[in-house]
Amino acid sequence: MEMAQILAVVIFAVMFLLIVTEKIERHWVSLGCGLLMLVVVFGFCMHSPAAVWNTLGLQSFASVDLWYQASEGAETASGINWSTILFIAGMMLMVEGMGRAGFFRWLCLQLARLVKYKTIPLFLAFMVMSSVLSMFIDSITVILFLAAATVELSRILRFNPVPMIIAEIFCANLGGAATMCGDPPNIIIGTSLGYSFADFVANTGLIVAVGLVLVIVYFFLCFRKELQSGPAQGGAISYPNPKDAIENKRDFAISSAIFAVAVVLLVTHAQTGLTVAAIGVFIGLVTLVAAGKDALALLKKVDYKTLLFFIGLFIVVGGLEQTGILEIIANFIADISGDNAMLMVAIVLWVSAIASAFVDNIPFAATMIPVIRSLSAAQGVDLAVLAWALSIGTDIGGSATPIGASANVVGISVAAKEGHLIGWGKYCKYAAPATVLVVLLAMVMIYVRYF
Amino acid sequence: MSKRLILSVGREFGSGGHAIAEGLAKRFSLEFYDSNLLEHIAERKNVSGEALKKYDERPRNRLFSRTVRGYSNSMQENVANLQFDALRAMAEEGKSFAIVGRCSESILKGYDGLVSIFVLGDWEAKRERIMRLYNLSPEEAEHMMSRKDWERKSYHNYYCKGKWGDSRNYDLSINSSRLGVEGTVDLLETYIRARMDA
Repeated sequence: MEMAQILAVVIFAVMFLLIVTEKIERHWVSLGCGLLMLVVVFGFCMHSPAAVWNTLGLQSFASVDLWYQASEGAETASGINWSTILFIAGMMLMVEGMGRAGFFRWLCLQLARLVKYKTIPLFLAFMVMSSVLSMFIDSITVILFLAAATVELSRILRFNPVPMIIAEIFCANLGGAATMCGDPPNIIIGTSLGYSFADFVANTGLIVAVGLVLVIVYFFLCFRKELQSGPAQGGAISYPNPKDAIENKRDFAISSAIFAVAVVLLVTHAQTGLTVAAIGVFIGLVTLVAAGKDALALLKKVDYKTLLFFIGLFIVVGGLEQTGILEIIANFIADISGDNAMLMVAIVLWVSAIASAFVDNIPFAATMIPVIRSLSAAQGVDLAVLAWALSIGTDIGGSATPIGASANVVGISVAAKEGHLIGWGKYCKYAAPATVLVVLLAMVMIYVRYF
Repeated sequence: MSKRLILSVGREFGSGGHAIAEGLAKRFSLEFYDSNLLEHIAERKNVSGEALKKYDERPRNRLFSRTVRGYSNSMQENVANLQFDALRAMAEEGKSFAIVGRCSESILKGYDGLVSIFVLGDWEAKRERIMRLYNLSPEEAEHMMSRKDWERKSYHNYYCKGKWGDSRNYDLSINSSRLGVEGTVDLLETYIRARMDA
């Protein structure tokens, strides 16, 4: 192993360790490690300004391909995936605008009214809504509002909100796996390997649809007794009015329209040629223009720390790729699986799922993309099949434990702020078997469909 | 100092700090809070107080918890924040009360009427007290003392800038082994009255 490779691995390992310990905020960790990778590995060890330039990827801004692609293409260069950064930034602005207008709370309360405030139908409706919303909006936002509405309704309807929140978290992660924009790993996979929104829906989306039916039945069987409403309080029950959730009718109408436009643009992006970067920038700009004098406040609300984290992360992973480490990992997987493509898919799927249950699935997915690209090139396995396995593994695996995905952490925290504690035992008892079930289902579906 | 009194008492395990705080609360007719603060919170939120108490004054487990955009899945951290919010709310309402531990000297810093005290003790005296109260052998008492103090220190230092037991962090630090529980209460009463009259 060369010095550059050893240092690249050390920097990557240190980054992972520091992210897990949370001693330093993760965006500083990834940016610091990214800087080390650029200076020490690319600069001192490899003496390669070209590697630095390629990894920073600034040239992509001058390329039409970042904004418009007549035919499907992939970002071949390793390093910072600006498409992902721009898209996520734009969607963050849109979601912030929707939240301020009261869209999500309105939707939750409207749905509760639609099912006549009956606990079991509410449970089923919220699971489906969690999945559907997460197909287009980041799962953190979905869970933030859904869990808060669940706790609010549980007080009125006198049921235990914990089972419902666990099911909502699971469905948010599941829904995110269905589309290209549902979960950050999918955005990275889609932009890096050149798959469209429709590609995801037709492949991972189908697995998610069947998986959703399975988990609805599973969670219903698990929680049907716990979800019985408690004895009604004396006097008339006052249900929250969905209209009260709307902070400002004009903003509500505008943010709903922007969301609708975003969905249409995403669904049709393979036909229009607009890239996700272009869609993200367009949606973000429209949201800012519509916000008028509140635009600055909206900009300040953007989670820039996550964007900086991504930038640093892409540099570190770029370092692993340029030094050939990821190729070594790919060769290792190829050696284990031999010529057996089915075994290779199973390894990618299960290793992704197990790793994502304990570590952040975003760095994992970013690291694995060059690995599956090498595997496909060397072993002749269809890259798309490996990509779907990676997507499902990273997205669904995160559901297994309380720390596996961001939505889990946020949902558990929202419940805990109201005194409803969801510890590891309680969470894993229900979510871990559901995860195993869906990953198994995905494996069977992939085998049946692609082999 | 105004007539409102918020008494915050930090303590080493076995120092009798809890009993001293309770004694002072009686003398100044203050509502007294320790882990019962969680019972009040639980009652208000209509949840089980016992479930919350499992995580009372416990350090966060770094390996099994994650923070996302300020939200944490750590039960210890969430329970601690519930208590911090409740303490701040009581202080905002202008209430007088006594509170044992729970980072109260830092959480309530700046509120009118706060008197913060840290009670420590000699190793041998603390061991004797623990052996007597919990019916333990010397080794068991020492082990319990070390573990509890480590937990309190880790818990405190995770949430506060000032270090647990650092005298610069409190109005007064006192060794209860010199005067015993009653004697320490007497002395502290004099100090607090002087502060209230100042």
